[in-house]
Amino acid sequence: MTALAALIRRDIRVALRIGGGALIGVLFFLTVVVLMPFAVGPDLALLKRLGPAILWLGALLASLLTLDRLFMADHDDGSLDLLVMSRTPLELACATKALAHWLVAGLPLIVATPVLGLLLNLDGSATLAVALTLLAGTPALTLTGMIGAALAVTLHRGGLLLAVLVLPLSIPVLIFGVAASNAATSGDTPFGTPFTILCALSLASLVIGPFAAAASLRHGLD
Amino acid sequence: MTLLDLANPTRFLSLTAKILPWLAGATAVLLVIGLYQSAMAPDDYQQGATVKIMFIHVPNAWLAMFVWGVMSIAALGTLVWRHPLADVAAKAAAPIGAAFTFLALVTGSLWGRPMWGTYWEWDARLTSVLILFLMYLGLMALWRAVEDPSRAARAAAILTLVGAINLPIIKFSVDWWNTLHQPASVMRMGGSTLDKAFLIPLLVMAVAFSFLFVTLHIAAMRNEILRRRVRSLQMMQAGKPSAS
Amino acid sequence: MKNPAMRLSGRDVRCVRGGREIFTDLSFSVQSGEALAVTGPNGAGKTSLLRVIAGLLALAGGTIDLEGGTGELTTAEQAHYLGHRDALKPALSVGENLAFWRDFLGGAPDHKQNALTAVGLDHIAHLPAAFLSAGQRRRLSMARLLAVRRPVWLLDEPTSALDAAGQSVFARLMQDHLENGGLIVAATHAPLGITTHDLWMGAQP
Repeated sequence: MTALAALIRRDIRVALRIGGGALIGVLFFLTVVVLMPFAVGPDLALLKRLGPAILWLGALLASLLTLDRLFMADHDDGSLDLLVMSRTPLELACATKALAHWLVAGLPLIVATPVLGLLLNLDGSATLAVALTLLAGTPALTLTGMIGAALAVTLHRGGLLLAVLVLPLSIPVLIFGVAASNAATSGDTPFGTPFTILCALSLASLVIGPFAAAASLRHGLD
Repeated sequence: MTLLDLANPTRFLSLTAKILPWLAGATAVLLVIGLYQSAMAPDDYQQGATVKIMFIHVPNAWLAMFVWGVMSIAALGTLVWRHPLADVAAKAAAPIGAAFTFLALVTGSLWGRPMWGTYWEWDARLTSVLILFLMYLGLMALWRAVEDPSRAARAAAILTLVGAINLPIIKFSVDWWNTLHQPASVMRMGGSTLDKAFLIPLLVMAVAFSFLFVTLHIAAMRNEILRRRVRSLQMMQAGKPSAS
Repeated sequence: MKNPAMRLSGRDVRCVRGGREIFTDLSFSVQSGEALAVTGPNGAGKTSLLRVIAGLLALAGGTIDLEGGTGELTTAEQAHYLGHRDALKPALSVGENLAFWRDFLGGAPDHKQNALTAVGLDHIAHLPAAFLSAGQRRRLSMARLLAVRRPVWLLDEPTSALDAAGQSVFARLMQDHLENGGLIVAATHAPLGITTHDLWMGAQP
C-alpha cells in the first residue's frame, strides 16, 4: 500500500511541477471547444444542440494528448525498469499510474466543463449532465488509452501512433457519453440506459486496461 | 537615470523598492476616485445601472491589449537589444495580462447577460478577447514548460511577436466571420458619442488600472529577479561538495 | 543484517535481441560475498546479460537460478538494478526522489538520511534533482541501493561519471555489501576497487 501511495504521490507531484502538464490539457480542451463555433458558425441554437458532442470530442482529444507522457517519461529515465522489477505487481502499479494520471489530467477537464458549457450556451442542467457523463466516462478513456501508451512506449513511438491505436478503442465511450448527455438535454430518451452502459465501460476497462498494459510492458521491454 | 542604469538588476531592485510604495499609493487613490465617480455616474437611459460595468470592463479590455504591446516591446528587447531585464519584464507581464483579459471577459459576459439573455454570445469583440486570453495562456504555458529561463525567453519572445502580428489578422477574421453570420451587431458601445458624465470616470478608471498594471508589473519583476537569484544560488550550492 | 548464503548462477544462457544473437552458451556463478565483474568490448552483451538477470529481457535459452534467496520471490524482486539511466525525476528534489524509491521498493524509513549521507548528498537533499551534475545523479542512484536492502546488486558501468572520490565511496559501499553477504554482478570497463571474479564476454583476447 505504501508503494502505491508513494507512486501516486510522485506522479501527481511530477505532473504538477513540470510545465503545467495537466493545465496544458485543459488549455487544449478550451481551444478545441472555442474553435468549433468558428467552423459551424456562432448560431447559439445550433451550438446548444451540438454542445455535448463538442465537449465530448474536446475531452477525448485532450485526454489523448496527455496520455503520451504516461509511460514515456518513466521509460526515458529508466524508472520503468525499476517499476517492472519491483515486488509490487505491475498491474497494480499501472492502475495506480492511471489513477494519478486521471486525477491530474482527467479531473481538470471535468472541472472546466461548466465554463465551456457557458460558451456553448448550454443551460445548467445540460452542463451538469455532460460533466456527470465525463466523470463516468473519462476513466474509461484513461484506462483504455493506457494500453495504447504501453504499446507505444515498447515500440519507441509516441504521438500519432498512440492516437491511431487508442481512438478506435474509445468509440464506445464516445457513443454512450454523448448519448447520455443528449438524453439529459433533450429528454426524449431515457438518461439511465446509456449512462449505465458508460459506467460499465469504465468498470470493464478498469479490469482490462491494467492487465493489458502490464502485459505489453513486460513483454515489450528491451 | 538612464535606461542603462535600470539594466542592472541590482539597481533595478533598489530603485523600484523606493518607487513601489508611491506607485501603490497612487493606484489606490486613483482607484478610489474612479470607483466613486463611477458609482456617482448617472444610469444609462437604455441599460440602466448595468452600464456601470463599463467602468471596469473597458479599462480591463484596454489593458489586455496594452500588456501584449508591453510584452512585444520586451520581446524586441530580448531578441534585438539583449537587454538583461527584457525577458524578466516579458515573463512578469504575461500572468498580469492574462488576469486583465480574464476580467475583461467576465465583466463583458456579465454586461452581456441582461442584453443578450445569455452569459455568452459569440460577439466579435468578446470572441477576439477570448482568443487573446487563449494566447496569453499558451504563452504562460510556454514559459513554464522550459526549465532554463534564457531559452524560454527567446522562444516566448518569438511567440509574442508572432502573436502581435497575428492579433490584427485574427481580429479582422473574427469580425468578418461574425458579420457573415449575424449582420446586426448586438452590442454597441457609445464610443466617441459617450457623454461627459461617463467619459470622465472612464478615463480616471483607465488611468487607475494602468497604474495598477505598472505597480503589479514592477512587483512581479522584482519577484522574478529574486526567484532567479534563488535558483542560481541553489545551483551553486548543488555544485559544492558535501561538507561532511 | 546478514543476508543468508546465496548463489546466483546461469547455465548456457542465450540472449537474442532484435533478431540478433548477442551471446550464447554463457555460464557463470557468483555467491554471497563475491563480486563478478563482467568485462568485454562494446557490444559484447554486458548490459544485455544484466538485463536478462534482472528479468527485463527474455531468456532465449538456458537457465538463471538464485539459490538460497527468499523462495517465493523472483530474482528480479531480490535485486537492485543500476542502469545507465538514473531513474530520477528532475522536477522532484533529491530527497523526494530517494524517498519515492525507498517507499516504492519497500525500504525502512530511517534509511533515507543515512543513504544520502553515505553518498555525500545530504547537504542538498532539498534541491531539485535537475540541478545535479552527472556524477551527483549517479551518487543519488547509488543511495537507492542503500535505502532499500536487496541481496543482489546488478550494476551497469557503476563508476562511469564518478570522480575519484566518488569511486572510492562506491568501492567502500560495495565492500560493505559483500561483507554483509550480498553479491554483485557488475558490467564494467574500469577496475571497481574491490576484489572481483572476472567474466570475459566476446571473443577471447
